[in-house]
Amino acid sequence: MHHYTIAELMTSLRNKEFSSVELTQHYLERIKQLDSQFNSYITVSSEQALLSAQQADQALTKGSASDLCGIPIAHKDLFCTQGTLTSCGSKMLSNFVPSYNATIVENLANAGAVSLGKTNMDEFAMGSSNESSFYGTSKNPWNTDCVPGGSSGGSAAVVAAQLAVATTGSDTGGSIRQPASFCGLTGLKPTYGRVSRWGMVAYASSLDQAGPIARTAEDAAIMLNAMASYDDKDSTSVDIDKPDYKASLNDSIKGLRIGVPEEYFQDGLDNDVATLINAALAEYEKMGATLHPISLPHTHLAIPAYYVIAPAEASANLSRFDGVRYGYRCDDPKDLMDLYKRSREEGFGDEVKRRILVGAYALSAGYYDAYYRKAQQVRRLIKQDFVDAFTQVDVIAGPVAPNPAFGIGEKSNDPVAMYLEDIYTLPTNLAGLCGISLPCGLSSDNKPVGLQLTGNYFAEAKLLNVAHQFQQHTDHHKKTAPISNASNKLNSNK
Amino acid sequence: MKHDDINALAHLARININDDLLDNITDNINSILSLVDQLQQANTDDVEPMYHPLDATQRLRADEVTETDKREALQANTPATEAGLFLVPQVIE
Repeated sequence: MHHYTIAELMTSLRNKEFSSVELTQHYLERIKQLDSQFNSYITVSSEQALLSAQQADQALTKGSASDLCGIPIAHKDLFCTQGTLTSCGSKMLSNFVPSYNATIVENLANAGAVSLGKTNMDEFAMGSSNESSFYGTSKNPWNTDCVPGGSSGGSAAVVAAQLAVATTGSDTGGSIRQPASFCGLTGLKPTYGRVSRWGMVAYASSLDQAGPIARTAEDAAIMLNAMASYDDKDSTSVDIDKPDYKASLNDSIKGLRIGVPEEYFQDGLDNDVATLINAALAEYEKMGATLHPISLPHTHLAIPAYYVIAPAEASANLSRFDGVRYGYRCDDPKDLMDLYKRSREEGFGDEVKRRILVGAYALSAGYYDAYYRKAQQVRRLIKQDFVDAFTQVDVIAGPVAPNPAFGIGEKSNDPVAMYLEDIYTLPTNLAGLCGISLPCGLSSDNKPVGLQLTGNYFAEAKLLNVAHQFQQHTDHHKKTAPISNASNKLNSNK
Repeated sequence: MKHDDINALAHLARININDDLLDNITDNINSILSLVDQLQQANTDDVEPMYHPLDATQRLRADEVTETDKREALQANTPATEAGLFLVPQVIE
Protein backbone atom coordinates (compact mmCIF):
# COMPACT_ATOMS: atom_id res chain seq x y z
CA MET A 1 0.00 0.00 0.00
CA HIS A 2 2.90 2.34 0.73
CA HIS A 3 4.06 2.18 -2.90
CA TYR A 4 1.03 4.11 -4.13
CA THR A 5 0.93 7.81 -4.91
CA ILE A 6 -1.99 9.99 -3.81
CA ALA A 7 -3.48 9.73 -7.30
CA GLU A 8 -3.34 5.92 -7.20
CA LEU A 9 -4.69 5.76 -3.66
CA MET A 10 -7.68 7.89 -4.64
CA THR A 11 -8.72 5.14 -7.03
CA SER A 12 -7.99 2.29 -4.62
CA LEU A 13 -9.94 3.88 -1.78
CA ARG A 14 -12.96 4.56 -3.99
CA ASN A 15 -12.81 1.01 -5.38
CA LYS A 16 -12.78 -0.21 -1.79
CA GLU A 17 -9.56 -2.22 -2.27
CA PHE A 18 -8.81 -1.15 1.28
CA SER A 19 -10.09 1.48 3.70
CA SER A 20 -8.39 4.60 5.00
CA VAL A 21 -8.27 2.95 8.43
CA GLU A 22 -6.37 -0.04 6.97
CA LEU A 23 -4.08 2.28 5.05
CA THR A 24 -3.41 4.40 8.14
CA GLN A 25 -2.76 1.33 10.30
CA HIS A 26 -0.33 0.08 7.67
CA TYR A 27 1.62 3.34 7.78
CA LEU A 28 1.58 3.49 11.59
CA GLU A 29 2.99 -0.04 11.71
CA ARG A 30 5.70 0.88 9.18
CA ILE A 31 6.65 3.92 11.26
CA LYS A 32 6.95 1.73 14.36
CA GLN A 33 9.12 -0.80 12.56
CA LEU A 34 11.30 1.50 10.50
CA ASP A 35 11.57 5.06 11.79
CA SER A 36 14.32 4.29 14.31
CA GLN A 37 16.56 3.99 11.24
CA PHE A 38 15.70 7.50 10.04
CA ASN A 39 14.50 9.55 13.04
CA SER A 40 12.13 11.36 10.68
CA TYR A 41 9.18 11.77 13.08
CA ILE A 42 9.21 13.88 16.25
CA THR A 43 5.62 13.00 17.19
CA VAL A 44 3.43 10.18 15.89
CA SER A 45 -0.29 10.81 16.47
CA SER A 46 -1.73 7.30 16.24
CA GLU A 47 -5.08 7.86 17.95
CA GLN A 48 -5.90 11.05 16.12
CA ALA A 49 -4.82 9.53 12.82
CA LEU A 50 -7.12 6.56 13.24
CA LEU A 51 -10.03 8.84 14.22
CA SER A 52 -9.47 10.97 11.12
CA ALA A 53 -9.23 7.81 9.03
CA GLN A 54 -12.58 6.59 10.35
CA GLN A 55 -14.18 9.91 9.44
CA ALA A 56 -12.55 9.75 6.03
CA ASP A 57 -13.98 6.27 5.43
CA GLN A 58 -17.45 7.61 6.18
CA ALA A 59 -17.02 10.45 3.70
CA LEU A 60 -15.70 8.02 1.09
CA THR A 61 -18.77 5.81 1.53
CA LYS A 62 -21.11 8.78 1.17
CA GLY A 63 -19.35 9.77 -2.05
CA SER A 64 -18.68 13.26 -0.72
CA ALA A 65 -14.92 12.86 -0.55
CA SER A 66 -12.37 15.34 -1.92
CA ASP A 67 -9.07 14.18 -3.43
CA LEU A 68 -7.10 13.99 -0.19
CA CYS A 69 -9.81 12.20 1.79
CA GLY A 70 -8.25 9.36 3.75
CA ILE A 71 -4.70 10.01 2.53
CA PRO A 72 -2.00 9.70 5.24
CA ILE A 73 0.29 12.75 5.39
CA ALA A 74 2.53 14.36 8.00
CA HIS A 75 3.31 17.95 8.95
CA LYS A 76 6.67 19.63 9.48
CA ASP A 77 6.94 20.43 13.17
CA LEU A 78 6.71 24.18 12.73
CA PHE A 79 3.03 24.13 11.77
CA CYS A 80 0.81 24.58 14.82
CA THR A 81 -1.35 21.51 15.37
CA GLN A 82 -4.06 21.80 17.98
CA GLY A 83 -3.43 19.56 20.98
CA THR A 84 -0.21 18.14 19.52
CA LEU A 85 3.34 19.13 20.39
CA THR A 86 4.78 21.69 17.99
CA SER A 87 8.49 21.88 18.75
CA CYS A 88 10.13 23.49 15.71
CA GLY A 89 12.95 21.01 16.35
CA SER A 90 13.97 23.08 19.38
CA LYS A 91 14.34 22.64 23.13
CA MET A 92 12.74 26.09 23.36
CA LEU A 93 9.37 24.65 22.27
CA SER A 94 9.83 21.07 23.43
CA ASN A 95 6.87 21.58 25.78
CA PHE A 96 4.67 23.69 23.49
CA VAL A 97 1.19 22.41 22.64
CA PRO A 98 -0.78 24.88 20.49
CA SER A 99 -4.47 25.47 21.11
CA TYR A 100 -5.16 26.01 17.42
CA ASN A 101 -4.31 24.68 13.95
CA ALA A 102 -2.25 26.54 11.40
CA THR A 103 -4.34 27.49 8.37
CA ILE A 104 -2.62 24.90 6.14
CA VAL A 105 -3.21 22.21 8.77
CA GLU A 106 -6.88 23.21 8.91
CA ASN A 107 -7.10 23.26 5.09
CA LEU A 108 -5.63 19.77 4.78
CA ALA A 109 -7.82 18.42 7.59
CA ASN A 110 -10.91 19.88 5.91
CA ALA A 111 -9.82 18.13 2.72
CA GLY A 112 -9.95 14.86 4.67
CA ALA A 113 -6.21 14.19 4.86
CA VAL A 114 -5.12 11.99 7.77
CA SER A 115 -2.19 13.44 9.71
CA LEU A 116 0.15 10.73 11.01
CA GLY A 117 2.25 13.16 13.05
CA LYS A 118 4.94 15.87 13.05
CA THR A 119 8.24 15.62 11.26
CA ASN A 120 11.81 16.40 12.24
CA MET A 121 13.51 19.60 11.09
CA ASP A 122 16.48 21.88 11.59
CA GLU A 123 15.89 24.02 14.68
CA PHE A 124 13.52 26.90 13.85
CA ALA A 125 14.02 26.06 10.16
CA MET A 126 17.61 27.28 10.22
CA GLY A 127 19.75 24.78 8.40
CA SER A 128 20.35 22.71 5.28
CA SER A 129 20.90 19.27 6.78
CA ASN A 130 18.49 18.61 9.68
CA GLU A 131 21.58 18.28 11.91
CA SER A 132 20.66 21.18 14.18
CA SER A 133 17.47 19.55 15.47
CA PHE A 134 17.11 19.19 19.25
CA TYR A 135 15.65 15.77 18.45
CA GLY A 136 18.77 14.55 16.68
CA THR A 137 19.60 14.46 13.03
CA SER A 138 17.32 12.71 10.58
CA LYS A 139 18.92 10.24 8.16
CA ASN A 140 18.61 10.05 4.41
CA PRO A 141 16.72 6.84 3.51
CA TRP A 142 18.87 6.50 0.36
CA ASN A 143 22.04 6.34 2.48
CA THR A 144 21.76 6.59 6.23
CA ASP A 145 25.32 7.96 6.55
CA CYS A 146 24.04 11.02 4.73
CA VAL A 147 21.80 13.93 5.62
CA PRO A 148 18.29 14.17 4.16
CA GLY A 149 18.85 17.90 3.61
CA GLY A 150 17.13 20.68 5.49
CA SER A 151 15.45 22.33 7.02
CA SER A 152 12.49 20.09 6.02
CA GLY A 153 14.74 17.02 6.36
CA GLY A 154 12.26 14.96 8.37
CA SER A 155 9.43 15.71 5.93
CA ALA A 156 11.60 14.53 3.05
CA ALA A 157 12.88 11.44 4.87
CA VAL A 158 9.30 10.46 5.75
CA VAL A 159 8.18 10.43 2.11
CA ALA A 160 11.40 8.81 0.85
CA ALA A 161 11.09 6.03 3.44
CA GLN A 162 7.40 5.72 2.57
CA LEU A 163 6.25 6.54 6.08
CA ALA A 164 3.53 8.88 4.70
CA VAL A 165 2.34 9.55 1.16
CA ALA A 166 3.21 13.25 1.22
CA THR A 167 4.24 15.85 3.77
CA THR A 168 4.17 19.58 4.33
CA GLY A 169 7.40 21.54 4.53
CA SER A 170 8.51 25.15 4.57
CA ASP A 171 11.02 26.92 2.35
CA THR A 172 12.83 30.14 3.32
CA GLY A 173 16.11 29.60 1.45
CA GLY A 174 15.54 26.19 -0.16
CA SER A 175 14.24 24.13 2.73
CA ILE A 176 11.67 22.23 0.65
CA ARG A 177 13.56 22.02 -2.64
CA GLN A 178 16.94 20.92 -1.32
CA PRO A 179 15.69 18.03 0.88
CA ALA A 180 13.41 16.97 -1.98
CA SER A 181 16.49 16.90 -4.22
CA PHE A 182 18.59 14.93 -1.70
CA CYS A 183 15.79 12.39 -1.16
CA GLY A 184 14.57 11.85 -4.73
CA LEU A 185 11.23 13.64 -4.31
CA THR A 186 9.14 16.42 -5.83
CA GLY A 187 9.01 19.51 -3.62
CA LEU A 188 7.33 22.82 -4.41
CA LYS A 189 7.88 26.29 -2.95
CA PRO A 190 4.89 28.41 -3.96
CA THR A 191 5.06 32.12 -4.73
CA TYR A 192 5.35 34.29 -1.62
CA GLY A 193 1.80 34.99 -0.46
CA ARG A 194 0.19 32.00 -2.22
CA VAL A 195 -0.07 29.86 0.91
CA SER A 196 -1.05 31.25 4.32
CA ARG A 197 1.63 31.58 6.98
CA TRP A 198 -0.84 31.85 9.85
CA GLY A 199 0.07 29.30 12.52
CA MET A 200 3.44 28.62 10.90
CA VAL A 201 6.20 29.55 13.33
CA ALA A 202 8.06 32.38 11.64
CA TYR A 203 11.76 32.31 10.74
CA ALA A 204 12.11 35.09 8.13
CA SER A 205 8.75 36.65 7.48
CA SER A 206 9.46 38.10 4.02
CA LEU A 207 10.91 34.80 2.75
CA ASP A 208 8.99 31.94 4.44
CA GLN A 209 6.51 29.90 2.43
CA ALA A 210 4.81 26.54 3.07
CA GLY A 211 4.57 23.84 0.41
CA PRO A 212 4.23 20.12 -0.30
CA ILE A 213 6.85 17.36 -0.55
CA ALA A 214 5.52 14.40 -2.52
CA ARG A 215 6.52 11.60 -4.89
CA THR A 216 5.16 13.22 -8.05
CA ALA A 217 4.20 16.60 -9.48
CA GLU A 218 0.61 15.36 -9.72
CA ASP A 219 0.59 14.60 -5.98
CA ALA A 220 2.16 18.02 -5.29
CA ALA A 221 -0.66 19.61 -7.31
CA ILE A 222 -3.27 17.76 -5.26
CA MET A 223 -1.61 18.93 -2.04
CA LEU A 224 -1.32 22.53 -3.27
CA ASN A 225 -5.01 22.56 -4.21
CA ALA A 226 -5.80 22.01 -0.53
CA MET A 227 -2.98 24.06 1.00
CA ALA A 228 -3.30 27.30 -0.98
CA SER A 229 -5.93 29.82 0.10
CA TYR A 230 -6.39 33.52 0.70
CA ASP A 231 -6.29 34.05 4.45
CA ASP A 232 -7.48 37.20 6.20
CA LYS A 233 -5.44 36.22 9.23
CA ASP A 234 -2.16 36.42 7.26
CA SER A 235 -1.70 40.00 6.15
CA THR A 236 0.86 38.90 3.54
CA SER A 237 -1.57 36.43 1.98
CA VAL A 238 -2.39 37.51 -1.58
CA ASP A 239 -6.02 37.61 -2.69
CA ILE A 240 -5.62 36.16 -6.16
CA ASP A 241 -7.59 33.51 -8.03
CA LYS A 242 -6.58 29.96 -7.29
CA PRO A 243 -6.67 27.63 -10.30
CA ASP A 244 -7.20 23.87 -10.05
CA TYR A 245 -3.53 22.89 -10.13
CA LYS A 246 -4.38 19.49 -11.62
CA ALA A 247 -6.35 20.89 -14.55
CA SER A 248 -3.37 21.91 -16.68
CA LEU A 249 -0.95 19.09 -15.81
CA ASN A 250 -1.39 17.53 -19.24
CA ASP A 251 -1.06 20.71 -21.29
CA SER A 252 1.48 20.39 -24.09
CA ILE A 253 4.90 21.90 -23.48
CA LYS A 254 5.83 22.14 -27.18
CA GLY A 255 7.45 25.49 -27.71
CA LEU A 256 8.13 26.00 -23.99
CA ARG A 257 11.09 28.36 -23.61
CA ILE A 258 13.45 27.18 -20.87
CA GLY A 259 16.04 29.67 -19.62
CA VAL A 260 19.37 28.19 -18.53
CA PRO A 261 21.36 30.66 -16.40
CA GLU A 262 25.09 30.61 -17.10
CA GLU A 263 25.76 31.51 -13.46
CA TYR A 264 24.28 28.20 -12.28
CA PHE A 265 26.83 26.09 -14.16
CA GLN A 266 30.13 27.43 -12.89
CA ASP A 267 32.80 26.20 -10.47
CA GLY A 268 31.62 24.31 -7.48
CA LEU A 269 28.94 22.31 -9.31
CA ASP A 270 29.52 18.57 -8.85
CA ASN A 271 30.16 16.74 -12.14
CA ASP A 272 27.47 14.12 -11.61
CA VAL A 273 24.93 16.87 -10.93
CA ALA A 274 25.94 18.82 -14.05
CA THR A 275 25.69 15.67 -16.19
CA LEU A 276 22.23 14.78 -14.90
CA ILE A 277 20.91 18.33 -15.24
CA ASN A 278 22.16 18.54 -18.82
CA ALA A 279 20.57 15.17 -19.59
CA ALA A 280 17.26 16.44 -18.17
CA LEU A 281 17.46 19.56 -20.34
CA ALA A 282 18.12 17.38 -23.40
CA GLU A 283 15.02 15.39 -22.47
CA TYR A 284 12.97 18.58 -22.44
CA GLU A 285 14.27 19.40 -25.92
CA LYS A 286 13.06 16.01 -27.10
CA MET A 287 9.66 16.96 -25.74
CA GLY A 288 9.61 20.07 -27.89
CA ALA A 289 10.90 22.71 -25.50
CA THR A 290 13.67 25.11 -26.49
CA LEU A 291 16.67 26.02 -24.36
CA HIS A 292 17.84 29.62 -24.07
CA PRO A 293 21.04 30.74 -22.38
CA ILE A 294 20.28 33.58 -20.00
CA SER A 295 22.18 35.55 -17.40
CA LEU A 296 21.15 36.32 -13.84
CA PRO A 297 24.13 38.56 -13.14
CA HIS A 298 23.46 39.20 -9.44
CA THR A 299 23.32 35.49 -8.50
CA HIS A 300 26.62 35.68 -6.58
CA LEU A 301 25.07 38.25 -4.22
CA ALA A 302 22.19 36.00 -3.19
CA ILE A 303 24.11 34.28 -0.39
CA PRO A 304 25.39 37.47 1.26
CA ALA A 305 22.00 39.17 0.88
CA TYR A 306 20.14 36.20 2.34
CA TYR A 307 22.54 35.79 5.26
CA VAL A 308 21.84 39.37 6.26
CA ILE A 309 18.09 39.50 5.65
CA ALA A 310 17.11 36.11 7.06
CA PRO A 311 19.07 36.38 10.31
CA ALA A 312 17.87 39.98 10.76
CA GLU A 313 14.24 38.92 10.42
CA ALA A 314 14.88 35.86 12.57
CA SER A 315 16.40 37.94 15.37
CA ALA A 316 13.15 39.91 15.49
CA ASN A 317 10.89 36.86 15.17
CA LEU A 318 12.70 34.87 17.84
CA SER A 319 12.69 37.67 20.39
CA ARG A 320 9.26 36.41 21.47
CA PHE A 321 10.93 33.34 23.00
CA ASP A 322 11.76 34.88 26.36
CA GLY A 323 10.61 32.27 28.87
CA VAL A 324 7.68 34.43 30.02
CA ARG A 325 4.50 33.38 28.25
CA TYR A 326 5.28 29.98 26.70
CA GLY A 327 8.21 27.76 25.82
CA TYR A 328 11.25 26.89 27.85
CA ARG A 329 12.03 28.77 31.06
CA CYS A 330 15.31 28.28 32.95
CA ASP A 331 15.27 27.08 36.57
CA ASP A 332 15.52 29.59 39.44
CA PRO A 333 15.88 32.85 37.52
CA LYS A 334 17.54 35.47 39.75
CA ASP A 335 15.83 38.40 38.07
CA LEU A 336 14.09 39.23 34.80
CA MET A 337 17.32 39.73 32.83
CA ASP A 338 18.62 36.38 34.06
CA LEU A 339 15.32 34.76 33.09
CA TYR A 340 15.61 36.10 29.53
CA LYS A 341 19.30 35.40 29.04
CA ARG A 342 19.43 31.92 30.52
CA SER A 343 16.15 30.71 29.05
CA ARG A 344 17.41 31.73 25.62
CA GLU A 345 20.91 30.36 26.25
CA GLU A 346 19.57 26.99 27.33
CA GLY A 347 16.60 26.85 24.96
CA PHE A 348 18.33 27.70 21.68
CA GLY A 349 20.97 25.66 19.84
CA ASP A 350 24.21 27.12 18.46
CA GLU A 351 23.11 27.83 14.88
CA VAL A 352 20.05 29.71 16.11
CA LYS A 353 22.24 31.77 18.46
CA ARG A 354 24.65 32.56 15.60
CA ARG A 355 21.87 33.79 13.36
CA ILE A 356 20.22 35.86 16.08
CA LEU A 357 23.55 37.57 16.81
CA VAL A 358 24.33 38.22 13.13
CA GLY A 359 20.81 39.54 12.67
CA ALA A 360 21.00 41.82 15.69
CA TYR A 361 24.29 43.20 14.37
CA ALA A 362 22.87 43.86 10.90
CA LEU A 363 19.97 45.81 12.38
CA SER A 364 21.90 47.68 15.03
CA ALA A 365 22.45 51.42 15.03
CA GLY A 366 25.36 52.34 12.80
CA TYR A 367 25.21 49.11 10.81
CA TYR A 368 21.62 49.07 9.54
CA ASP A 369 22.41 50.98 6.33
CA ALA A 370 25.55 49.06 5.48
CA TYR A 371 24.00 45.66 6.05
CA TYR A 372 20.22 45.38 6.19
CA ARG A 373 19.31 48.26 3.89
CA LYS A 374 22.11 47.34 1.47
CA ALA A 375 20.95 43.72 1.37
CA GLN A 376 17.39 44.80 0.58
CA GLN A 377 18.68 46.94 -2.27
CA VAL A 378 20.61 43.98 -3.64
CA ARG A 379 17.43 41.96 -3.23
CA ARG A 380 15.68 44.24 -5.70
CA LEU A 381 18.54 43.77 -8.18
CA ILE A 382 18.19 39.99 -7.86
CA LYS A 383 14.44 40.22 -8.47
CA GLN A 384 15.01 42.45 -11.48
CA ASP A 385 17.31 39.82 -13.05
CA PHE A 386 14.39 37.37 -12.97
CA VAL A 387 11.82 39.89 -14.19
CA ASP A 388 14.06 40.62 -17.17
CA ALA A 389 14.64 36.90 -17.85
CA PHE A 390 10.92 36.14 -17.77
CA THR A 391 10.34 38.52 -20.67
CA GLN A 392 12.35 36.06 -22.80
CA VAL A 393 11.61 32.64 -21.28
CA ASP A 394 8.73 30.78 -19.59
CA VAL A 395 10.61 28.87 -16.90
CA ILE A 396 14.19 28.83 -15.65
CA ALA A 397 16.01 25.52 -15.12
CA GLY A 398 19.12 24.47 -13.24
CA PRO A 399 20.43 22.43 -10.34
CA VAL A 400 18.87 22.54 -6.87
CA ALA A 401 22.10 22.01 -4.94
CA PRO A 402 25.79 21.96 -5.91
CA ASN A 403 26.08 18.32 -4.85
CA PRO A 404 24.02 15.29 -3.82
CA ALA A 405 23.46 14.55 -0.11
CA PHE A 406 26.64 15.00 1.93
CA GLY A 407 27.71 12.92 4.93
CA ILE A 408 26.37 13.52 8.42
CA GLY A 409 28.93 15.68 10.23
CA GLU A 410 30.72 16.71 7.04
CA LYS A 411 29.68 20.37 7.10
CA SER A 412 28.26 20.80 10.57
CA ASN A 413 31.43 22.45 11.93
CA ASP A 414 31.65 25.05 9.20
CA PRO A 415 28.58 27.29 9.02
CA VAL A 416 29.77 29.11 5.90
CA ALA A 417 30.38 25.83 4.01
CA MET A 418 26.83 24.87 4.95
CA TYR A 419 25.50 28.24 3.72
CA LEU A 420 27.09 27.69 0.28
CA GLU A 421 24.77 24.69 -0.20
CA ASP A 422 21.91 27.11 -0.78
CA ILE A 423 23.33 29.05 -3.71
CA TYR A 424 20.79 27.94 -6.33
CA THR A 425 17.71 28.05 -4.15
CA LEU A 426 18.11 31.35 -2.28
CA PRO A 427 17.44 33.65 -5.26
CA THR A 428 13.91 32.26 -5.61
CA ASN A 429 13.05 33.18 -2.02
CA LEU A 430 14.64 36.61 -2.25
CA ALA A 431 12.59 37.37 -5.35
CA GLY A 432 9.45 35.68 -3.96
CA LEU A 433 9.01 33.44 -7.03
CA CYS A 434 7.81 29.83 -7.15
CA GLY A 435 10.21 26.92 -7.55
CA ILE A 436 10.04 23.14 -7.78
CA SER A 437 12.59 20.35 -7.39
CA LEU A 438 12.01 17.09 -9.25
CA PRO A 439 14.16 13.93 -9.44
CA CYS A 440 16.38 13.70 -12.52
CA GLY A 441 18.56 10.69 -11.73
CA LEU A 442 21.08 9.17 -9.35
CA SER A 443 24.71 10.15 -8.89
CA SER A 444 27.51 7.62 -9.44
CA ASP A 445 27.22 6.68 -5.75
CA ASN A 446 23.46 6.15 -5.92
CA LYS A 447 22.24 9.40 -4.42
CA PRO A 448 19.31 11.35 -5.87
CA VAL A 449 19.80 14.59 -7.74
CA GLY A 450 17.05 17.16 -8.30
CA LEU A 451 16.32 19.41 -11.27
CA GLN A 452 15.08 22.85 -10.25
CA LEU A 453 12.51 24.80 -12.22
CA THR A 454 11.73 28.39 -11.29
CA GLY A 455 8.48 29.97 -12.39
CA ASN A 456 7.08 33.48 -12.58
CA TYR A 457 4.88 34.98 -9.87
CA PHE A 458 1.78 32.81 -9.23
CA ALA A 459 2.69 30.45 -12.09
CA GLU A 460 2.54 27.28 -9.99
CA ALA A 461 0.13 25.64 -12.44
CA LYS A 462 2.63 26.07 -15.27
CA LEU A 463 5.50 24.83 -13.12
CA LEU A 464 3.57 21.71 -12.10
CA ASN A 465 2.61 21.10 -15.74
CA VAL A 466 6.24 21.34 -16.89
CA ALA A 467 7.33 19.03 -14.05
CA HIS A 468 4.52 16.55 -14.71
CA GLN A 469 5.40 16.30 -18.39
CA PHE A 470 8.98 15.37 -17.47
CA GLN A 471 7.57 12.66 -15.22
CA GLN A 472 5.45 11.32 -18.08
CA HIS A 473 8.60 10.87 -20.19
CA THR A 474 11.12 9.68 -17.59
CA ASP A 475 10.96 7.41 -14.54
CA HIS A 476 13.51 8.95 -12.17
CA HIS A 477 10.70 9.87 -9.78
CA LYS A 478 9.59 6.22 -9.60
CA LYS A 479 12.84 5.05 -8.06
CA THR A 480 12.60 4.42 -4.34
CA ALA A 481 15.14 4.33 -1.57
CA PRO A 482 16.52 0.87 -0.70
CA ILE A 483 14.83 0.50 2.71
CA SER A 484 15.92 -2.49 4.78
CA ASN A 485 13.38 -5.21 4.57
CA ALA A 486 11.51 -5.36 7.87
CA SER A 487 8.62 -3.88 5.92
CA ASN A 488 8.27 -6.92 3.69
CA LYS A 489 6.58 -8.83 6.47
CA LEU A 490 3.85 -6.18 6.62
CA ASN A 491 3.37 -6.08 2.93
CA SER A 492 0.66 -8.39 1.66
CA ASN A 493 0.16 -8.55 -2.08
CA LYS A 494 -0.63 -4.86 -2.16
CA MET B 1 34.64 41.29 16.02
CA LYS B 2 36.20 40.56 19.38
CA HIS B 3 34.83 38.80 22.43
CA ASP B 4 33.70 42.11 23.93
CA ASP B 5 31.73 42.94 20.79
CA ILE B 6 30.04 39.56 20.79
CA ASN B 7 29.18 39.92 24.47
CA ALA B 8 27.69 43.37 23.84
CA LEU B 9 25.61 41.92 20.99
CA ALA B 10 24.56 39.01 23.15
CA HIS B 11 23.35 41.44 25.79
CA LEU B 12 21.25 43.29 23.18
CA ALA B 13 19.80 39.99 22.03
CA ARG B 14 19.23 38.87 25.62
CA ILE B 15 21.19 35.62 25.24
CA ASN B 16 24.01 34.42 27.49
CA ILE B 17 26.99 33.15 25.55
CA ASN B 18 29.10 31.15 27.95
CA ASP B 19 32.89 31.18 27.77
CA ASP B 20 33.12 27.73 26.18
CA LEU B 21 31.11 28.88 23.21
CA LEU B 22 32.50 32.40 22.96
CA ASP B 23 35.64 31.58 20.92
CA ASN B 24 33.79 29.43 18.47
CA ILE B 25 30.90 31.84 18.02
CA THR B 26 33.27 34.81 17.58
CA ASP B 27 35.11 32.93 14.79
CA ASN B 28 31.86 31.84 13.17
CA ILE B 29 30.40 35.31 13.21
CA ASN B 30 33.58 36.82 11.76
CA SER B 31 33.42 34.31 8.89
CA ILE B 32 29.80 35.14 8.27
CA LEU B 33 30.54 38.87 8.26
CA SER B 34 33.34 38.31 5.72
CA LEU B 35 30.83 36.47 3.57
CA VAL B 36 28.27 39.23 3.73
CA ASP B 37 30.82 41.98 3.13
CA GLN B 38 30.62 40.93 -0.53
CA LEU B 39 27.46 43.03 -0.61
CA GLN B 40 29.60 46.15 -0.59
CA GLN B 41 30.77 45.29 -4.16
CA ALA B 42 27.30 45.83 -5.51
CA ASN B 43 26.38 49.14 -7.10
CA THR B 44 23.08 50.03 -5.50
CA ASP B 45 22.94 53.75 -6.34
CA ASP B 46 19.32 54.84 -6.79
CA VAL B 47 18.02 51.33 -6.00
CA GLU B 48 15.02 51.26 -3.66
CA PRO B 49 15.30 48.62 -0.92
CA MET B 50 12.82 45.77 -1.39
CA TYR B 51 11.30 44.63 1.90
CA HIS B 52 8.56 42.54 0.31
CA PRO B 53 8.80 40.56 -2.96
CA LEU B 54 5.72 42.22 -4.40
CA ASP B 55 6.29 45.62 -2.73
CA ALA B 56 2.99 45.12 -0.93
CA THR B 57 1.91 47.44 1.84
CA GLN B 58 0.32 46.42 5.12
CA ARG B 59 -3.33 45.59 4.67
CA LEU B 60 -5.60 47.22 7.27
CA ARG B 61 -8.95 46.09 8.60
CA ALA B 62 -11.88 47.75 10.34
CA ASP B 63 -11.32 48.59 14.01
CA GLU B 64 -13.82 46.02 15.30
CA VAL B 65 -13.43 43.37 17.96
CA THR B 66 -13.12 40.00 16.27
CA GLU B 67 -11.13 37.90 18.75
CA THR B 68 -12.71 36.07 21.69
CA ASP B 69 -11.18 35.51 25.11
CA LYS B 70 -8.91 32.46 24.86
CA ARG B 71 -6.76 33.21 27.87
CA GLU B 72 -7.18 29.85 29.57
CA ALA B 73 -6.28 27.89 26.45
CA LEU B 74 -3.34 30.14 25.66
CA GLN B 75 -1.99 30.13 29.22
CA ALA B 76 -1.92 26.34 29.27
CA ASN B 77 1.63 26.72 27.96
CA THR B 78 2.75 29.37 30.45
CA PRO B 79 5.47 28.38 32.96
CA ALA B 80 3.93 30.38 35.85
CA THR B 81 0.59 32.13 36.18
CA GLU B 82 -1.61 33.51 38.91
CA ALA B 83 -5.09 34.95 38.54
CA GLY B 84 -4.65 35.02 34.78
CA LEU B 85 -1.41 36.99 35.01
CA PHE B 86 2.04 35.91 33.78
CA LEU B 87 4.46 35.53 36.69
CA VAL B 88 8.11 36.59 36.41
CA PRO B 89 10.83 37.38 38.98
CA GLN B 90 10.22 40.69 40.77
CA VAL B 91 10.87 43.62 38.46
CA ILE B 92 10.11 46.61 40.66
CA GLU B 93 11.43 46.98 44.18
